[in-house]
Amino acid sequence: MTATSLTLLLSHALFCLGVYGLLTRRHAIGLLLSIELILNAAALNFVLFGRAFGTVDGQAVALFIIALAACEAVVGLAVILSLYRTAKIVLADQATMLRG
Amino acid sequence: MSVAVIGALAVFVLVSAVWVVTLHNLFRAALSLGLVLLGVAALFIALEAEFLAFVQILVYVGAILTLVIFAIMLTARLQTDPSVSAGRQRLPAAVASLALFGLLAAGTSGLVIDRAPPPPAPRLDALGQRLVKEFVLPFEVVSLILVGAVVGAIAVAAPRSKRPAP
Repeated sequence: MTATSLTLLLSHALFCLGVYGLLTRRHAIGLLLSIELILNAAALNFVLFGRAFGTVDGQAVALFIIALAACEAVVGLAVILSLYRTAKIVLADQATMLRG
Repeated sequence: MSVAVIGALAVFVLVSAVWVVTLHNLFRAALSLGLVLLGVAALFIALEAEFLAFVQILVYVGAILTLVIFAIMLTARLQTDPSVSAGRQRLPAAVASLALFGLLAAGTSGLVIDRAPPPPAPRLDALGQRLVKEFVLPFEVVSLILVGAVVGAIAVAAPRSKRPAP
């Protein structure tokens, strides 16, 4: 097994662990943590393939992924804090106020 | 880069990632996420992307993780309620994610990525040139999204003003 395929398997495993966290977590911040795992797996994949093909595009896209992950974390945490302040809710499946 | 170093880093990242999704205490899960991010930064260095490793540590560990821990501490009173279970549907989720992993691994197992003479590592000045030439539109759009996200987050999370409703 080469180092490249080992890193590829690691990024697959990170992605699947993130999916597992998304499916099992109830706390809204726990869901955000799982999304960060998934985004990191994607960034790792981009850097890996960019290195393997000797092009700089992979690193550029990974840079965009990190910036967008920062946006996602900021907006997600703002929503969670607002939800906590108005309704005292931190579990994602309790936010059912809009249910008709 | 040798397989042994990558393997050791992979074990470190995997163990921390399992902690992130399974630990009951959310604060410890966030700290484990910090370990994962540091491990991925080390992998970036192993892949000769040193600049990305520094960006990862600066943005992820320095900013995002601090923000997440801050939010966890602000909402700490409700999450320690023992009547609330940490997770749900563990077994189906484990089966589904393992199946997904098997699918991904099977799909990429026959892939031959390594070229016979390994290509030279991308240089940092090439990355800068690419960002301000070919990728200038996505670069500017990302900065616009960043500003919008920060302003929107302030608008959502700021306390309501005391002005009486018209």
